[in-house]
Amino acid sequence: MARRRFSVTRFPGFAPIALTAFVLLYAPIIIIVIYSFNASDSVALWGGFSLKWYVAAWGNEAVQDATLRSLVIASVAACVSTIVATMAAIATTRRSRFRGQTFIYVMINQPLMVPEIVTAVALLIFFAAIRVATGYQGLGYLILAHSAFCIPFAYLPIRARLEGMDLSLETAAADLYATPWMTFRRITLPLLAPGIAAGAMLAFVISLDTVVITEFIKSAGQDTLPTYMLGQLRRAITPEVNAIATALLALTVLLLTAFFLLTRRRG
Amino acid sequence: MAAPPRSPARTSWLLSTPALLLLIFGAAGPLLIVLVYAFLEPGEYSGVVWQFTTEAWFRVFFERDIFDGTVSPADAHLTIFWRSLELSVLTTLTTFVIGLPMAWFIATRPANQRAIWLFLITIPFWTNLLIRTFAIMEVIRNQGILNSLLIRLGVISDPIQILYTETAVLIGMAYVYLPLMVLPLFAAIDRFDFRLLEAGYDLYASRWQVLRRIVLPIVRPGIVAGSILVFVPSLGAYVTPRILGGGKNMMIGNFIELQFGQGRNWPLGAALSLILLAIVLIALLIYVRVTTREDSRHG
Amino acid sequence: MDDQPAIRIADARKLYGSGEAAVRALDGVSLDILNGEFFTLLGPSGCGKTTLLRLIAGFETPTEGRIHIAGADVSDDPPNRRPVNTVFQSYALFPHMSVRRNIAFGLEMLGRQRGEIAETVERMIALVQLSDMAERTPTQLSGGQQQRVALARALAPKPKVLLLDEPLSALDLKLRKEMQLELKRLQHETGITFVFVTHDQEEALTMSDRIGVMRGGRLLQVGSPREIYNHPADRFVADFIGETNFLSARVEAEAVVLQNGARVPLASTRTPGSMVTLAVRPEQVQLRPDGPIAATVRQVVYSGTDTHCYAALSDGTQIVARLQNPPSGEVGLQAGEAIRIGFAEDAVQMLDD
Repeated sequence: MARRRFSVTRFPGFAPIALTAFVLLYAPIIIIVIYSFNASDSVALWGGFSLKWYVAAWGNEAVQDATLRSLVIASVAACVSTIVATMAAIATTRRSRFRGQTFIYVMINQPLMVPEIVTAVALLIFFAAIRVATGYQGLGYLILAHSAFCIPFAYLPIRARLEGMDLSLETAAADLYATPWMTFRRITLPLLAPGIAAGAMLAFVISLDTVVITEFIKSAGQDTLPTYMLGQLRRAITPEVNAIATALLALTVLLLTAFFLLTRRRG
Repeated sequence: MAAPPRSPARTSWLLSTPALLLLIFGAAGPLLIVLVYAFLEPGEYSGVVWQFTTEAWFRVFFERDIFDGTVSPADAHLTIFWRSLELSVLTTLTTFVIGLPMAWFIATRPANQRAIWLFLITIPFWTNLLIRTFAIMEVIRNQGILNSLLIRLGVISDPIQILYTETAVLIGMAYVYLPLMVLPLFAAIDRFDFRLLEAGYDLYASRWQVLRRIVLPIVRPGIVAGSILVFVPSLGAYVTPRILGGGKNMMIGNFIELQFGQGRNWPLGAALSLILLAIVLIALLIYVRVTTREDSRHG
Repeated sequence: MDDQPAIRIADARKLYGSGEAAVRALDGVSLDILNGEFFTLLGPSGCGKTTLLRLIAGFETPTEGRIHIAGADVSDDPPNRRPVNTVFQSYALFPHMSVRRNIAFGLEMLGRQRGEIAETVERMIALVQLSDMAERTPTQLSGGQQQRVALARALAPKPKVLLLDEPLSALDLKLRKEMQLELKRLQHETGITFVFVTHDQEEALTMSDRIGVMRGGRLLQVGSPREIYNHPADRFVADFIGETNFLSARVEAEAVVLQNGARVPLASTRTPGSMVTLAVRPEQVQLRPDGPIAATVRQVVYSGTDTHCYAALSDGTQIVARLQNPPSGEVGLQAGEAIRIGFAEDAVQMLDD
């Protein structure tokens, strides 16, 4: 047997550990996906391929309700957070440094630093007071909380895109008689578009994922898909949950693939 | 002297205002209310009575006997704190031991494959935490795939009880937070100059010595970043211990939730939240100090 | 009004920061740039030349002073209202637009008629010889081609003045030489005033009608390339433009005396006894038996057309002579050889200390 060439970047055991870890990372998810197509009523036994749990989930009014609510909240939160994050990103990268910039930066990233449970508690208390004062019970609380929580996730890819953009492009536009608004519309915005799309997708995915905050501040009957699943997990698990999880998973992977392609093709 | 028509700082503030307003009303501002509530008396069913007291803080660490009023340490609370810290530290260590080889493996792939491996680690990162926790639960349940497999192989005759133990919480948290360790480690290793390894071997270092004396010190900022990113959410974890730990293996997050649910002690919940926040902020401060010092050292 | 200067800068100052820590990027610059000339701002990095250019373009506002373009005070106008266009160092081509769209951008912003825009753009594309590339995007072009697009884009709106911020610095030597000629041609064909910023003295000497040498936020000398090269105003200009030997000397009647005691016959109006610095270009240093200065050859370096002879005077002062190589290729000098040096009287520039 020929001796293996000495490779400086190789450490014994690293590659096997890494590959095993990758397998273990995906195995549980793949098992869920497989069992969501299981015809058997038992979660443990394989009874042949079937779409019956998808049909059951689709026919379940509570699931329909939660799905619709999740999508509405995620859409609105993604739009709102992306718009305000775009404005803030332009303010914090496209202009000269100004007093208070660090404050804005810390504020924007604050949802990433504070544990979700603490934010959830704070919002629970705050919104409880507003509920008492106004009597309003609608979706507004969830939308406000999700919008705020998604801002840093929308902000990061937009800011990264802006930082990779040559500042002299806008200077050149101004030199060529473009007004500030025209410069934004014709130069900054088209070049920023992939970053904005990426930011919106991340915000959407994050809103779909948010469990703790939603669980704490939702009014009665305002389950989203994740809180519905959390509620189901407390009882006996049905393969229906597998089907919902798989559908949600598929949506996430789809969006992430789009995000991946958007951010990779740059320049 | 000509002043520009609009001050750039004012425009910047105007552009940032919508984001700031959302964040103040939807995230940061209410934290101040938590601070106030931590110094009030609990209401009878929920909420608070507007009466200043430090009782909530006292209750965090001590308990008073209902009959004779003697004070003793609140053992149950301290157990929860200790468990949270212990599990968070163990989670951080576990993810590091597994994450370092993974990050190294990704960073040493040929350039055209690297993006794909990186994508494979990002997918679980962005996938719903609830789904991933649920997936782990499916694996380690008594009738789950792991026990079924072991029984069929004849290794064990009766299922091992993993679910609803501390071990289950540890496995779950390590599983869900692993990508948070791998990504910053990868970022650090990706910048690593592999010619340094050649220099190390040229100067008679063994594999182990190269790893310990050259690689680890240089990728230290990545190690610190990964550890913070794993430690912070582990300490505040709520979903994973709730699903995998059951009622017996509560962590701080679940204990806080209890105060706003059955416990009906909002001030105690507020105080606990602030303690959790304080620990997290201290960890972040350490991180900032370590990384800025690292930056200034390397220019 | 053709007798108006294209640009008049009156006592422009630019401070960054304030108080003690303020950086004086421009420290009182006054300058007239004439209509139709190729004017170069030359100086080392940080001398303020780019700041001055950005002040003219309107990307920076002066802390003090006024700027006039074609007779009109534009000091308070934003860049999009100034009749000047810039060729950026990084080119700053819009990556999401084709070559054609890039060139049309300025005209569109000025609200020109569609037909006029199309016609001008075609003319510009032809002018910079990019007819085959019109539909490509900037990333599909080479550095030299991008450079041409940047030029065409800035020339298309027919600015009163074209500002060029070190536009050739990213090109390799051969391409740079080509583009230097190209720029001269374009300036000649369009008749537009060019203000060119560079730190490359050779480039400045080759291309300019006039040069302004800058240092530390000040203009040290303004003049034609010949004036600047042959009669530098001070030691910095002499040193920065081309190679120069500096020799300290004391003035006497009808002569100067070097530090090693050598007497060099040289008429001067300065008072005897004052100290001066003699600046002599290496190509003006003559090796001749009757030269007044004794020196020892240290090193002889052959470089194709010339041979550089590095020598030292008895007090250690270094002096370099550039000797044209004879057809044989041998100047016949050896390290260690004793030589005598002299120079023509009009080849010496006498600078005050």
